Amino acid sequence: MKILVCVSNVPDTTTKITFTDNNTQFNTNGVQFILNPYDEIALARAIELTDGGKGTVTVINVGEANTDATIRKALAIGATDAVRVNAKPHDAWFVAYQIAQYVKANPFDLILTGRESIDYNGSKVAGMLGELLDLPSVSIIKKLEAGDSEATVEREIEGGKEVLTIPYPFVAGAAEGVAEPKIPNMRGIMAARTKPLTVIEPAEVKTLSEIVSYETPAPRGQVTLVSATDTAKLVELLHAEARVI
Amino acid sequence: MSVLIYAENAGGKFKKSVFEAVSYARAIADQNNTTLTAVSIGNVDTAELAALGKYGANKVLNVSGDKLKNFVNQAYASVIAEAAKSEGSDIVVLSNTFSGRGLAPRVGVKLEAGVADSSVALPVQDGGTFKVKKTAFSGKAFATVELTSAIKVISLVPNSYKVVETGEIAEVVDFKAETKDSDFKAMIKDIVRASDKVSLPDAEIVVSGGRGMKGPENWGLIEELASILGAATACSKPVSDAGWRPHSEHVGQTGIAVSPNLYIAVGISGAIQHLAGVSSSKVIVVINKDPEAPFFKVADYGIVGDAFEVLPQLIAAVKQYKASA
Ligand SMILES: Cc1cc2nc3c(=O)[nH]c(=O)nc-3n(C[C@H](O)[C@H](O)[C@H](O)COP(=O)(O)OP(=O)(O)OC[C@H]3O[C@@H](n4cnc5c(N)ncnc54)[C@H](O)[C@@H]3O)c2cc1C
Ligand SMILES: Nc1ncnc2c1ncn2[C@@H]1O[C@H](COP(=O)(O)O)[C@@H](O)[C@H]1O
Repeated sequence: MKILVCVSNVPDTTTKITFTDNNTQFNTNGVQFILNPYDEIALARAIELTDGGKGTVTVINVGEANTDATIRKALAIGATDAVRVNAKPHDAWFVAYQIAQYVKANPFDLILTGRESIDYNGSKVAGMLGELLDLPSVSIIKKLEAGDSEATVEREIEGGKEVLTIPYPFVAGAAEGVAEPKIPNMRGIMAARTKPLTVIEPAEVKTLSEIVSYETPAPRGQVTLVSATDTAKLVELLHAEARVI
Repeated sequence: MSVLIYAENAGGKFKKSVFEAVSYARAIADQNNTTLTAVSIGNVDTAELAALGKYGANKVLNVSGDKLKNFVNQAYASVIAEAAKSEGSDIVVLSNTFSGRGLAPRVGVKLEAGVADSSVALPVQDGGTFKVKKTAFSGKAFATVELTSAIKVISLVPNSYKVVETGEIAEVVDFKAETKDSDFKAMIKDIVRASDKVSLPDAEIVVSGGRGMKGPENWGLIEELASILGAATACSKPVSDAGWRPHSEHVGQTGIAVSPNLYIAVGISGAIQHLAGVSSSKVIVVINKDPEAPFFKVADYGIVGDAFEVLPQLIAAVKQYKASA
């Protein structure tokens, strides 16, 4: 089985988010970038499914040269090879379009993404890829069992779950439950240095959206503390002051 | 020109998030002096469909039939795009539910539309620009996205826009849409719904427990408080990682982002990754035995105390309040 895992390079989860240039740019100063946590889950499952010579795992990233460290990490975890589309990931549409171009020329049996990138959180790349390639897509899966010609996936729905079978090829966005992320070992890190990382140039595509500014949530006021022995007071405040119950 | 709203049903009924999205789409139609058409897919009865008029839909397209009885991402996306074309809609609104997240990007590509996912406010339209505020960085920030395409797709975060009743009963018309065989490759084998529980993403009140709850055997307290408040239950990541609770309850940067009216956090320290997913809650209550817990810094109300002493008292106090209300 040939699996493609789409990986994005995102700010570490402990990052305090700030902006520069009159709130138009994300302040990357001092920010550590990591492999998107959901993509780690997708990658881990792809490696499990191809373990023991049962296939290959290619990772693809749309990004500039500064994402190579994240791509090497994916290779160290166990991907077979990597592709980087050399461009700034303008938005999900741009990213999905570039990946779709690559897949049209290099078909895969299964394409995995993360359920969302923790910077833009759009949950969009999987669906857009599916549409661009005319393949089924499931944006958020909690489980993936691979059969010979089709896979069984579990997806979350409000207050429950749905089980689906889908013939290959298809696109799915991995969430928790699909696999446990893998930590690279020394051998993997050494091997990653010599694994192929192909850099390709982006295709032309129409721009559909543009981020014009950012803001951070308004700070909350001071906390009102209530005595542990006076829970009735809390209930009263939630009713009369906050009006939420 | 017109606005189209996809009204997603759950087992033949519309939930509050749909009424919010219809109200929101109505406001966008008003901004543009145009009409609002709702499209429903699946088996929903006419009275339920017509009632969407109350929230401002002028017309409801009803797409039914066996093949489309259950949600199939690809096929539903085709139907919504067909409906948008047939209505000449240049703005398409969906709810940012699990299904909505599957549909919005596909509908966007079909219509060559920019997609503003997880929108939290009405678009701002001036000087020919169309800008939408959406959550970004897992709830740590907001981004304003300008959609520069001719057609625009917006998906609205549940609980971020108030339901407004403006209209009356809407006209319901049957609509037939083209679908392809390849739209039906994914097959549903099973649907499991825990109908007795409030679902986390649409909950107005959430009661959440962290490692301070010590073990799964103590979750009865969280569940009881949730049940009398009509709330959903949630948890921190280590709690679901340890298998005390299902992953579907994990909130935060790498879990579900919630924006309820009231979020009650019990025995949760308030790590930055946890706060990311809950900071857009309108009111936050923190119960923690450590007065230095970072969660108190972003809380509106707090109780410093042992959860195992505070919760039984709080449950009693809420019961008393409910009995007298
Ligand atoms: C990549 C990454 C992603 C992450 N994503 C998330 C995420 O999405 N969501 C998330 O929640 N976490 C996430 N985390 C984990 C996060 O950093 C914290 O470790 C986690 O939120 C802590 O959970 P907790 O507050 O339940 O546990 P703890 O930090 O152990 O806190 C327990 C709290 O309970 C209190 N307590 C103990 N006993 C009692 C008692 N009897 N009564 C009252 N209070 C008591 C303690 O004072 C303490 O404040 C992530 C971490 C990483 C590295
Ligand atoms: N720049 C990128 N390069 C490759 N894959 C990406 C990129 N951005 C996002 N993705 C993939 O798309 C998923 C969903 O991203 P998003 O739609 O931004 O929430 C991520 O988990 C990745 O798997």
